[in-house]
Amino acid sequence: MQTISMNINGVPVSGEVEDRTLLVQFLRENLRLTGTHVGCDTSQCGACVVHLDGVSVKSCTILAVQSDGCEVTTIEGLANGSHLHPMQQAFKDNHGLQCGFCTPGMVMSAIDIVNRNGCDIDEATVRKELEGNICRCTGYHNIVKSVQAGAKNMGG
Amino acid sequence: MYNFSYQKVSSVADAVEAMQKSEDGKFVAGGQTMLPTMKHRLASPSDLIDLAGVGELVGISVDEETVTIGAMTSHAAVAASSEVQDAIPALAKLAGNIGDPAVRNRGTIGGSIANNDPAADYPAAVIALGATVTTNKRDIPGDEFFIGMFETALAEDEVIVSVSFPKAGTAAYMKFENPASRYAIVGVFLVKFIDGVRVGVTGATACAHRGMRLEEALNGSFTADAIDSVELPIEKMNADIHASAEYRAHLVKVMTKRAVEACA
Repeated sequence: MQTISMNINGVPVSGEVEDRTLLVQFLRENLRLTGTHVGCDTSQCGACVVHLDGVSVKSCTILAVQSDGCEVTTIEGLANGSHLHPMQQAFKDNHGLQCGFCTPGMVMSAIDIVNRNGCDIDEATVRKELEGNICRCTGYHNIVKSVQAGAKNMGG
Repeated sequence: MYNFSYQKVSSVADAVEAMQKSEDGKFVAGGQTMLPTMKHRLASPSDLIDLAGVGELVGISVDEETVTIGAMTSHAAVAASSEVQDAIPALAKLAGNIGDPAVRNRGTIGGSIANNDPAADYPAAVIALGATVTTNKRDIPGDEFFIGMFETALAEDEVIVSVSFPKAGTAAYMKFENPASRYAIVGVFLVKFIDGVRVGVTGATACAHRGMRLEEALNGSFTADAIDSVELPIEKMNADIHASAEYRAHLVKVMTKRAVEACA
């Protein structure tokens, strides 16, 4: 067992975990932050994407102990009270989801895409950048629209 | 996955010491293959020695002749490096097409070549560019580093420090990728040096190799058509649900032609 501490959504947390505990397990099971989902558990689907020190990672493929001392942002950390993050709002406005299971990972990846590519991104870029996020419902069309709209919203 | 003892070290010397003290330890770099492998119980090390805290292993430096990339430098950092983009654009492009963005933020060049997956991208570049793999013990020529499937010239307690790539004349990497994993079903890294052509092929055989027959044809005539008459040993090609041996042999030629056209 190891004692770890990190800042999650701006809040300092610490906990005791087995060495083999995954970051996503620590978030969901220890902290009850269940917005981050486990889809495939093989780093293919992206439902578990969170930001670690500001960049997207698949939290099913990183150990909790490896995140010791880091800044973590999860889907729960995006909204400001009842005011949604512009990317969340864009997914809502453009119906960028059906069952919603992949949505937290999609939104976290989408924000990372905007951080790296700016607010004016074409469809081809969005589709390529979303390679690591799988949706089994939508056919991606409205997700891509949402990401482009969310990108514009993030630019103000 | 089975439990293990996790250790974070801050120097190469500490990493080696931890490895020597462990019963059946493994180094972990970005963990993007290591952790899935452990989840599948295909690996169950007693100790996982994390190199992420070893600052000396991270970074990119470029001089007159070479681009040197620290072993723990992420694919995302290589892809985004303007220095690498200027010096060896094909290498930056290769790094930018490994896996997906989240994987590229964690995965490292050292981890990729130490693992030596038959379908990994970097080995093709290490071979084609004639790179040098520097470890805590020695310099290993790229041609001699990859031994077999998941097997390298590294000793158990040997740590990759950096990989040095000679600045190429003209280089191109063409990958026919698996649409789900983005691993190379076949990838061809071609370099046109002043004194001849070098070809690194990945995905096709047990591990990345030099395409000597392709080089011979291209040294005779640097045209896509020169590849048509090359005969590749189909019996050495990988075969799986994604592609038969015959199809892989075909893809090696097609990817080589595309690389020739990109370099012309």
